[in-house]
Amino acid sequence: MTNPIGDIEKAQVILVTGSNTTENHPVLSSYIKRAVTQKGAKLILVDPRRIKLADFAAKWLRPTLGTDVAWINGMMNVILKEGLYDEAYVNSRTVGLDDVKKVVEKYTPEFVEKITGIPAEELKAAARLYAGAKAGSIIYCMGITQHTCGTDNVKSLANLAMLCGNVGIEGGGVNPLRGQNNVQGACDMGGLPNVYTGYQKTSDPAVRKRMAMAWGVSNLPDSTGLTVMEMMDGAHEGTLKAIYIIGENPILSDPDQRHVKEGLGHLDFLVVQDIFLTETARLADVVLPSASFAEKDGTFTNTERKIQRVRKALTPPGEAKEDWAIIADLSTRMGYPMNYKDAQEIMAEITRVTPSYCGINYNRLEQDGIFWPCTGTDHPGTPCLHMDSFTCGLGVFHGIEWIPPAEVPDEQFPLYLTTGRVLYQYHTGTMTMKSEGLNRLAPESFVEISNEDASSLGLQDGEAVKLSTRRGAITAKTRISLKAKSGTVFVPFHYAGGPANALTNPAIDPVSKIPEYKVCAVKIEKIQGGI
Amino acid sequence: MESKETLFIDGKEYPFQAGETVLNVAQRNGIDIPTLCFMKNASPTGACRMCVVEVRGARTLLAACVTPAAPKMVVKTNTPDVMKSRRLNLELLLSSGHHNCLVQDLDMDSWTDFQLRSLKADGHKDICPVYGDCRLQELAIKYQVRGVRFEPTEPRHKIEDVNPFIVRDLTRCILCGRCVQACNEVQVNNAISYGYRGTRSKIVASGDRALKDSDCVFCGECVQACPVGALVPVQDILENDPSKGETRLVKTTCSYCGVGCQMYLHVRKEKIVKVTGVEGIGPNYGSLCVKGRFGYSFINSPERLTKPLIKENGAFREASWDEALNLIQTRLGKIKKDTGPDSIAFLVSARITNEENYVAQKFARAVIGTNNVDHCARL
Repeated sequence: MTNPIGDIEKAQVILVTGSNTTENHPVLSSYIKRAVTQKGAKLILVDPRRIKLADFAAKWLRPTLGTDVAWINGMMNVILKEGLYDEAYVNSRTVGLDDVKKVVEKYTPEFVEKITGIPAEELKAAARLYAGAKAGSIIYCMGITQHTCGTDNVKSLANLAMLCGNVGIEGGGVNPLRGQNNVQGACDMGGLPNVYTGYQKTSDPAVRKRMAMAWGVSNLPDSTGLTVMEMMDGAHEGTLKAIYIIGENPILSDPDQRHVKEGLGHLDFLVVQDIFLTETARLADVVLPSASFAEKDGTFTNTERKIQRVRKALTPPGEAKEDWAIIADLSTRMGYPMNYKDAQEIMAEITRVTPSYCGINYNRLEQDGIFWPCTGTDHPGTPCLHMDSFTCGLGVFHGIEWIPPAEVPDEQFPLYLTTGRVLYQYHTGTMTMKSEGLNRLAPESFVEISNEDASSLGLQDGEAVKLSTRRGAITAKTRISLKAKSGTVFVPFHYAGGPANALTNPAIDPVSKIPEYKVCAVKIEKIQGGI
Repeated sequence: MESKETLFIDGKEYPFQAGETVLNVAQRNGIDIPTLCFMKNASPTGACRMCVVEVRGARTLLAACVTPAAPKMVVKTNTPDVMKSRRLNLELLLSSGHHNCLVQDLDMDSWTDFQLRSLKADGHKDICPVYGDCRLQELAIKYQVRGVRFEPTEPRHKIEDVNPFIVRDLTRCILCGRCVQACNEVQVNNAISYGYRGTRSKIVASGDRALKDSDCVFCGECVQACPVGALVPVQDILENDPSKGETRLVKTTCSYCGVGCQMYLHVRKEKIVKVTGVEGIGPNYGSLCVKGRFGYSFINSPERLTKPLIKENGAFREASWDEALNLIQTRLGKIKKDTGPDSIAFLVSARITNEENYVAQKFARAVIGTNNVDHCARL
């Protein structure tokens, strides 16, 4: 997030898109709901599903799946044509508006209506509302990023925010919500194929040299590594021989389950380090028991870039160990001794090699967390990014054309399928499904379908159906719901018995390598005689 | 911004900002005015009248939480009249529900038939589950009040325990309204509200239905807000028997979504028995969601991995750390030698700590020699 969570209540207009906030980030959603009910903010919700936030929205736009660039361009078309943009901001802080102007010219509300199904007048009203706000906050999540055009979607939102002068101000910003407790931290720590900690590029020789020196090795690899999806391909092709997986369950979380399972099966050697024997761990050659968050000291970095303490409350069960201790032990055995005494000592090393974390220490985190960048022990941290200027100087506009999703409905697979989470379960369920209570509230997979679609297929509520795509098939119970848009069905991805990712399309965004979880084409059939 | 306006509390002069209440000014200056229904970050209701103070010129005692500070106002917080009023309020509150803790009976002779009867009532045979952690009890002890002055009202409500997380015992409810504020003003889930009128007043969900049949999403904000034993986590009924030993609190960060809520783990003998939100700091200021507050049983799950496992002929067997790590060392070493470091890849994790991710990517890059490092940020 460019802005802290608390800023949501300072916005006049909040645009939420691709985020079912009340179910996926419940506590954060309260900020949105309070802003609307108590602070007079107006909510623009852009989401095909009638999610809970629709009850709070001043404007609810319901686009066809995978048409985000089109409606964002359409809003910019209106804003530019009506002269509603922040000219002073655009002139002083950005470059490249002409590029956007050229592209969005043809995205008139009428043209956009044809692509997205959003009535032209509704789009105009939403554009005027957003542009008219002194501070407008954009909040998005995987509904924006998990597309083959995910990077385009994000850039388009950034265009819209910059056009209206909403980046680098209190209550504004472009705010992606992180789905897992420490996604932000895993990225910050160099858990990516092309960067070390603090997004220092592995391709930069000066950075490599500095890291090699800090780590006491003669040289470090310079080629960009593989992403998750590329790893699975490499495993299939036989170029990748071994994978070491820590605390992830790609069999359920990655698209095209069969491809992942086969890929992992091809490996010579698979190590999985986890707190449970997950679907993925079952395929491993060696499984290592690790400590849960309640059994270790350390830090997580949240979606607003706030580094917060994790504290040990219990000793790990049996012989389970902290993940860092396991790796350090293995490293020592492999001839590179890692003799960290505790997590605090590791943090001290992180701060030495990471400019954005360099002012962090556990003493400072004792009472409350600190927002990075924090560039010195006397630096207070940075809740709001890009305040006076963009980190990279001027904000750059990018004119972006809409391209359709990799797969759209056709005669054979006539419906759109989208996937996501439900409130009472979490990700692949390794944690939540151990709770009897949560399972009572959300026991099994389902397919959420509109009344119209259900009746045209002759389906009853609760009836088991077969869903199939070009990748695979699952069965799930029908849930006829007002949430569903006609022509689009939704399946949660938590459940191993009815795994949504047996259906999803592994087509990926060319830049971010994110798979298109949020759109593919599906067929629904009655099961004759039931199951 | 320094204000020029001042008022006097117990003889001392304090500045205040426009819009502040007498309670705000008192709390900011460390003056103790007892509160029960008052909730930070929600609009004050003045329902419980515990915070009454004497204001010169006022006809009656005023509730500090709803009385705006005014220039030259003279406030007294502990006059005999104030004390008398607070004690009377407490006596009324104690009689308004089923408060069968020791406060009701400091000397054992005064048990009434009613109390004996209600002790035997269904579900009430045990001591109140929030004994020792009850604001009403705390105030009753502080003001030396017993619940024997007025005839207690008959319990009118059945205990509701048909959902997995929250036990609602409205016989202990004092209608302070904190749960309604928590639900409607803090979490804005709008699931509960006041229902009925007068002596039949009751906190209701969706037209007086069970929570599980209402809009309730089991965030438990109401449970944390409840000052008595009317809303209690199911787990508390099962676990929070003081005879099982002390609990200690460990402040940490939630491990579900990326919001990073600050929470207290309540630990008793190597077991998490309860989770509550940390009040006063962001990002959650005491709030949690259903997963953070109630979804902790995975930690003490018997299905946790406790020993390294090695697969042999398609089946796992337990192994020592030495054996498992030596095997990994040998296999990774050989693969690195035979097909190069880039034939090995690492998936680090959005679930583990920064420190652990750092060590893992360092191991991949500096020890194995590959940039094949990724995690499920995209998934």
